[in-house]
Amino acid sequence: MTTDILSISGVGKRFGGLRALDDVNLNVKKGSIHAIIGPNGAGKSTLLNCLVGRIIPDQGTVTFDGGSLLGHKPHAINQAGIARVFQTPEIFGELTVMENVMIPAFAKHDGAFRVNAWQRARERGAVREEAEHILDDLNLWDQRDHIVNSMSRGDKRRLELAMCLVQHPKLLLLDEPTAGMSRADTNNTVDLLKKIAERGITKVIIEHDMHVVFSLAEKVSVMAQGTVIAEGSPEEIKASETVQEAYLGGAHL
Amino acid sequence: MSQSVMTSGNRPEKGMGKSPAERTEPTGSGLRGFMRSSGGDYLLLAVFAAAILTMPIWLAPIGAGYPDILQKFAIFGIFALGFNILFGFSGYLSFGHAAFLGVGSYAAVWMFKLLSMNAFPALIFAVLVSGVFALLIGFVSLRRSGIYFSILTLAFAQMSYNLAYSVLTPITNGETGLQVNRSDPRILDQLFGGTSMTVPDIFGVQLQGWAGFYFCAVLLILAFFITMRIKNSTFGLMLFAIKANQTRMSFTGFSTRPYLLTAFVISGMYAGLAGGLLAVTDPLAGAERMQWTASGEVVLMTILGGVGTLLGPVIGAAVIKYLEQIFSSFNEGLLHRAFDFLPTAVQDIVVAIVAPFVGEGWQLTLGLMFMIVVIFLPGGIMEGVGRIARRVRRDKPSDDGAASKAGH
Amino acid sequence: MDAIILQILNGLDKGGAYALIALGLTLIFGTLGVVNFAHGALFMLGAFCAVTFERVLTLSERVRDPSVTFFEAYKEVPYLTIWYGDAGQAIVDWAVPLSIILAIPVMLIVGLAMERGLIRFFYKRSHAEQILVTFGLAIVLQEIVKYFFGANPIPLTAPSALTGSVDLGHWLGLTGISYPLWRIVYFLFSLVVIAAVFAFLQLTTFGMVVRAGMADRETVGLLGINISRKFTIVFGIAAVVAGLAGVMYTPILAPNYHLGMDFLVLSFVVVVVGGMGSLGGAVLAGFLLGILQSFASMTEVKAIVPGIDQIIIYLVAVVVLLVRPRGLLGRKGVMEA
Ligand SMILES: Nc1ncnc2c1ncn2[C@@H]1O[C@H](COP(=O)(O)OP(=O)(O)O)[C@@H](O)[C@H]1O
Ligand SMILES: [Mg+2]
Repeated sequence: MTTDILSISGVGKRFGGLRALDDVNLNVKKGSIHAIIGPNGAGKSTLLNCLVGRIIPDQGTVTFDGGSLLGHKPHAINQAGIARVFQTPEIFGELTVMENVMIPAFAKHDGAFRVNAWQRARERGAVREEAEHILDDLNLWDQRDHIVNSMSRGDKRRLELAMCLVQHPKLLLLDEPTAGMSRADTNNTVDLLKKIAERGITKVIIEHDMHVVFSLAEKVSVMAQGTVIAEGSPEEIKASETVQEAYLGGAHL
Repeated sequence: MSQSVMTSGNRPEKGMGKSPAERTEPTGSGLRGFMRSSGGDYLLLAVFAAAILTMPIWLAPIGAGYPDILQKFAIFGIFALGFNILFGFSGYLSFGHAAFLGVGSYAAVWMFKLLSMNAFPALIFAVLVSGVFALLIGFVSLRRSGIYFSILTLAFAQMSYNLAYSVLTPITNGETGLQVNRSDPRILDQLFGGTSMTVPDIFGVQLQGWAGFYFCAVLLILAFFITMRIKNSTFGLMLFAIKANQTRMSFTGFSTRPYLLTAFVISGMYAGLAGGLLAVTDPLAGAERMQWTASGEVVLMTILGGVGTLLGPVIGAAVIKYLEQIFSSFNEGLLHRAFDFLPTAVQDIVVAIVAPFVGEGWQLTLGLMFMIVVIFLPGGIMEGVGRIARRVRRDKPSDDGAASKAGH
Repeated sequence: MDAIILQILNGLDKGGAYALIALGLTLIFGTLGVVNFAHGALFMLGAFCAVTFERVLTLSERVRDPSVTFFEAYKEVPYLTIWYGDAGQAIVDWAVPLSIILAIPVMLIVGLAMERGLIRFFYKRSHAEQILVTFGLAIVLQEIVKYFFGANPIPLTAPSALTGSVDLGHWLGLTGISYPLWRIVYFLFSLVVIAAVFAFLQLTTFGMVVRAGMADRETVGLLGINISRKFTIVFGIAAVVAGLAGVMYTPILAPNYHLGMDFLVLSFVVVVVGGMGSLGGAVLAGFLLGILQSFASMTEVKAIVPGIDQIIIYLVAVVVLLVRPRGLLGRKGVMEA
């Protein structure tokens, strides 16, 4: 019980007539990697939206690290320790890679709002150092002066991950981090995620690629039509017939 | 560790990976300032200051070497610099910034009337009042973004304009405009064996003619310096980040609205300073300064020069004010004289074609410029200069290598 | 009671003008996604179509005035009167409504030219750039008009049969409500135009596509329907509607070159209050704000809140944007920002 960093219970959300989330219950253990899988439109992204304050659920509760998340603004939720990688990268397209990573580091150091209109951003040594370390870790150092709009898709995803990691979040939410990536890039990302797993950041990862899921996750939740239909270890999920029928269809295994 | 890690090759095995030429040039975003060395900034400031202070010399050949027009360059340069902090840095297009200009003028003239003809109290009061005014308007307008924000600011500016002409006549003196009279109380001046002068001064130096210009010029340089600091600061970086992706900003842990409100207020204070200076150089304030065409003008200055750049808005303001001066002073007689080297028949045709664009028709030229800039040069003069500079730089090596080839 | 009815009536003609301009703005914004700051200029161009038409009809010849006998006096007599007598005189008298004949093709051409020549290049650019380029265009259009027609307002008159007032109180069982006839005509005219636009959108296939486009632009694009051609026509229609509003408004307010700017700001406010992208909202808000404005101009109201008549519309917009950003009839989630 106390080891759950995130517990979602009874969360529901409707969009007009569409029941996007319907009584979702989910608990994430501290320090674990928890995968959410499910067909397109199952409501996975919508669930993450509820967690980060983009959407307010109609019913249910979300508890993170002992406090409720509901009703808080996105920035407050981030300050509480949740960072998110989006399904389509949300990055600062017109800025450089270095700036992209420094900005979240500033959020960690200076809080949600602090006007420092005199000191040069680049002279904030501590912030720079952290940003440099992350860039180094994620093999983005060479590209640090690039305008991110000009980067490849895979690099953008990696950058967004760097932007989250620089904040040392307690919980990292990843929405299809390997979608649209080549095999090689996917493998790199998996290696990377394994590497950072050692830092003890709890991760919730939405993923379509079963290789990724089964090589990373300790626990898997399967969503379909807005609700969790199965939950268990990767092996249990592989073996589950409900899941096979609802989603995997055997083809992926 | 903290200084210039990037260039000193702290991580040589990686830092040398690409030659500078292979690096993607940050094009037209005007963001390179963040990582520029502070030495470069002070050089820019020094060059800027020298250029502004010597304007009377190097602008004389094009007929702009007199104080009236040069101080307009400086004042509207300040206005555009401030507008750029909001629109250029954070991407929020205010269509009501002239309201702050007008409020600044009124506030300054009231100080002249009540306290003293000294410019400092007037300017301080102008900046404060417009800052408070901007705080109120910004607080409401910034609840929305995009075109809604533009429309809200426009609505507030129109309200102020309409009120200045109607109920607020006791404060604004309506259509006549607010003026300084000999009979005004001017408490401080009375106290210190006051003058009966109605010309603003700084401690005895009357701010007319060249003194007026240099006073404005120094304030412009100061405003430029502050803008430069803001641009390179953490706060500036946050504004550019909001412009690039406001959604990401909030999911990154920033409360964006206070940042925007701060930028809005700073920008309103610049406008107030500019408005105050207009009153210093000519102690009169009228509501027409608040009209939305005036708000449109500062937008044009900023985009003409280069949105988000440091120098652009100042250049844009000067270009517009210069063209305004030139174009609106022409009439048909002058045109005929200007084209008298042509045969009479041709001369008549040319004059007939040009005439609609000059004199009363200056606004037409302004409108056309507006369209041309937005359509063809959305990055403004600074981007144009950048493009040319890049082409020149690219041409150079090929000149060396292929010097024997048939040139142009 | 009488005073209230009178104020409502007073707001209807202005409300009609707001509604017609706002309707076009919303059509353009909803289908093309463009913020058109030059829409007020189209209203102004319409008004100057009427001015032009009236000038053409009243082209005159100087003839000896026989009624003056003790010296040689001359007077200007329109050719139409000389050629066709009373019939010609009647045509001159009806110049304003008749100029609709000129305004429709002219405004259609202006609208199509604007869309093809300028607006279509801005579909993909930011709202800020759209605002700026159309703002520039608005200045250009008004300055061109100023060049040809001067800066002073040019008064036009309604047909003599439609000038003067009617005693509305007579119909309503009240006394003392006498109301200028032309303003009633304008109100009815605006209703007819609005009805025509709605009928067009509801009853034709073309209209169906346009409505679908307003609801979901991307999907309609995916259906393979050439919406770009359709949207050009939408722009033309919006221009005609604004132009007609301008033509008929001339007897109420003598047009000058900056008439468009004056109405544009207010019409934008109307669109926002009605709900960006909602046609019904634009119409409703147009009339509501027109009426509200006329109430605010009552001396009794101004005595309580001085200056309220100057700012009421803006105040309403601010309140609406803050309290109900999608506007009166706007759909939830659409264009809320
Ligand atoms: N903001 C929204 N408004 C309306 N419908 C939405 C919204 N967000 C998601 N939906 C709908 O909710 C359903 C679940 O979507 P999503 O959570 O993105 O699925 P996925 O599991 O593929 O991530 C989909 O049918 C989607 O169309
Ligand atoms: Mg998804």
